[in-house]
Amino acid sequence: MASVFEYAPAPESRSIVDIAPSYGLFIDGEFVEAADGKVFKTVSPSTEEVLAEIAQAGEADVDRAVKAARKAFEKWSALPGSERAKYLFRIARIIQERARELAVLETLDNGKPIKETRDADLPLVAAHFFYYAGWADKLDHAGYGANPQPLGVAGQVIPWNFPLLMLAWKIAPALATGNTVVLKPAETTPLSALFFADICRQAGLPKGVVNILPGYGDAGAAVVAHPDVNKVAFTGSTAVGKEIARTVAGTRKKVTLELGGKGANIVFDDAPIDQAVEGIVNGIFFNQGQVCCAGSRLLVQESVEEELLESLKRRLSTLRLGDPLDKNTDIGAINSEEQLTRITSLVEQGEAEGAERWSPACDIPESGYWFAPTLFTNVTQAHRIARDEIFGPVLSVLTFRTPDEAVAKANNTPYGLSAGIWTEKGSRILAVANKLRAGVVWSNTFNKFDPTSPFGGYKESGFGREGGRHGLEAYLDV
Amino acid sequence: MSDATRLSVLKTYKLYVGGKFPRSESGRVYEVTDSKGNWLANAPLSSRKDARDAVVAARKAFGAWSGATAYNRGQILYRVAEMLEGRREQYVREVADAEGLSKSKAAAQVDAAIDRWVWYAGWTDKIAQVLGGGNPVAGPFFNLSSPEPTGVVAIVAPQESSFLGLVSVLAPVIATGNTAIVVASEKSPLPALSLGEVLATSDLPGGVVNVLSGRTAEIATPLAAHQDVNAIDLAGAGEDLAKELEIAAADNLKRVLRPQPVDHTATPGIDRMTAFLETKTVWHPTGSLGASGSSY
Repeated sequence: MASVFEYAPAPESRSIVDIAPSYGLFIDGEFVEAADGKVFKTVSPSTEEVLAEIAQAGEADVDRAVKAARKAFEKWSALPGSERAKYLFRIARIIQERARELAVLETLDNGKPIKETRDADLPLVAAHFFYYAGWADKLDHAGYGANPQPLGVAGQVIPWNFPLLMLAWKIAPALATGNTVVLKPAETTPLSALFFADICRQAGLPKGVVNILPGYGDAGAAVVAHPDVNKVAFTGSTAVGKEIARTVAGTRKKVTLELGGKGANIVFDDAPIDQAVEGIVNGIFFNQGQVCCAGSRLLVQESVEEELLESLKRRLSTLRLGDPLDKNTDIGAINSEEQLTRITSLVEQGEAEGAERWSPACDIPESGYWFAPTLFTNVTQAHRIARDEIFGPVLSVLTFRTPDEAVAKANNTPYGLSAGIWTEKGSRILAVANKLRAGVVWSNTFNKFDPTSPFGGYKESGFGREGGRHGLEAYLDV
Repeated sequence: MSDATRLSVLKTYKLYVGGKFPRSESGRVYEVTDSKGNWLANAPLSSRKDARDAVVAARKAFGAWSGATAYNRGQILYRVAEMLEGRREQYVREVADAEGLSKSKAAAQVDAAIDRWVWYAGWTDKIAQVLGGGNPVAGPFFNLSSPEPTGVVAIVAPQESSFLGLVSVLAPVIATGNTAIVVASEKSPLPALSLGEVLATSDLPGGVVNVLSGRTAEIATPLAAHQDVNAIDLAGAGEDLAKELEIAAADNLKRVLRPQPVDHTATPGIDRMTAFLETKTVWHPTGSLGASGSSY
């Protein structure tokens, strides 16, 4: 990329992480091969280098893991909460100790910039375990009545966009409340979950309390459908979420779903433009836009559209795309070839439907999966790029004249996960936030997360909340 | 003139949709009998078109009802109790006929139902404080979580407890600002249809509650599949129907409250309210007053 500033490469050292050539499934405290001996490879999306060969869980392995979790449940749920808490505190501490190693690992396996894994993912992972550790012996005071009981075995299926953070969101509250866990990480990002298995070992966590089953969709479906699973927690696409809702129909399984989104980021004419631009960039280019709560629709008030777009384009021209391990990298690799294909196809449709495409001048590395930050103007609500979740670094810009119109457009989606509001006027923030049908509303900021803060969607973005006191409910028989 | 010589005036039972009392658009009725099989009335046999009309009415009412102050909703729910108290004898008779209860047992059901409206009337402006609050996030942000109503809720009312059961599932849904479409007990729909008359005179805006009578499966199926219904309470659905409805509900990820054994005479907890609430969390930077931590 041609730029006034040329940066020397500043790569984070890879030597801090030692990736073994192969990994097994983690069942009942042991790494084991898959029953049918199947394996798959996980690659680094920025180089297409094979990182390791991973045992691929099938139905028989799911059954074995659920049995281990069931067996472990009896003792684990009977432990005093204060003892469970100490295990979780240990895990939180070990994560802090190994944070840099895990950050490098996550960047290698996922493709996201080290800046993000180091400063966002890992601190939040440790904080999440720390937060829920403290709940384990205070459940009587959580507002769910005296002595609330765990559900049993929790089957958890997580996505590839925040592999270790999504694991933390699932496992920390489950263990704190006395459940045991069978977790399936995504097939493109299994490594940090397997390293977490090692952390469980270091923490002395009893065998079978956490079981990790890398695999594909079929393994996830088997976890969800297993008759001895009492709780299903899923983060991923809305289409799969609906399939899960059908699968559990008529059972007593408790379900929480964190699904897709098409978040509106609303910029009013009195917003501080420079701050709003930073928020817009963070909203859609954080993690290459592969974020369910991304601000993928920019709704800008007509009178400031030109000024805002000019600033935004200037800012996008300074983003640095490239080696995710480089500390100066802003935009890393797309997680997989499959995802890159999906982004590319949706962007092509956007052009075909008449929206105007723009990207800054940007060198794309020769190997790996990459997509330049992309902005679409002249977008209408009917365009597919304004309706479908792209899950990539692609921003659709729409305009509005009145706050009512902004709210109507923001809510004109089957999703309801996130939204952003940019204005200096307090009463307008409160009025608009009140009318937005979204689970998280960021005003004059975007993409902020905290373990104490409940997160989750309205409408087809799923149900249930993760984080905070609210997040306990998903794992309690209440 | 003695009672024996006067022919009584029978009531035509009608649906309650959008604040009005229409017949079924299908023109159909079905015979409702008491527990001994004696004819009581012809009730509307609602069609799927009636169900869709009710969804339109409920959606239209949602903005104003969810936007009303919690205090106002509480006053209106209390007004429902007041109106019911005045027509207590009518409901005792209807419940006794519908459920084959003695007059005293039916009266106990009606009294409990009236008291249930009072219980939920008091909840409207308290539930947000119980469920919501500020979150101590690790950063310079004000962060507030509040419960908000899910939207339009379809309710398959209990089949056996035609009035107390009905009130026990309906009141918690609308107390928090949702709007509702109730599928009345198939066998005993008359108390539910009469409730519409009370709701219509309690300052409850039209469309907040819509009451349909007829075949449970015929009405509930299109409601469970309807893309503009946000949630469904399966209280009165049998096991097989409940499963079918839950599968249909997955198409737009409705919140589903599965059927479960309930003692309607016990004091309800808050579960039936929380089942139809969303949590919204709003963030805002707090800024800083400078290095000293104080501007004074």
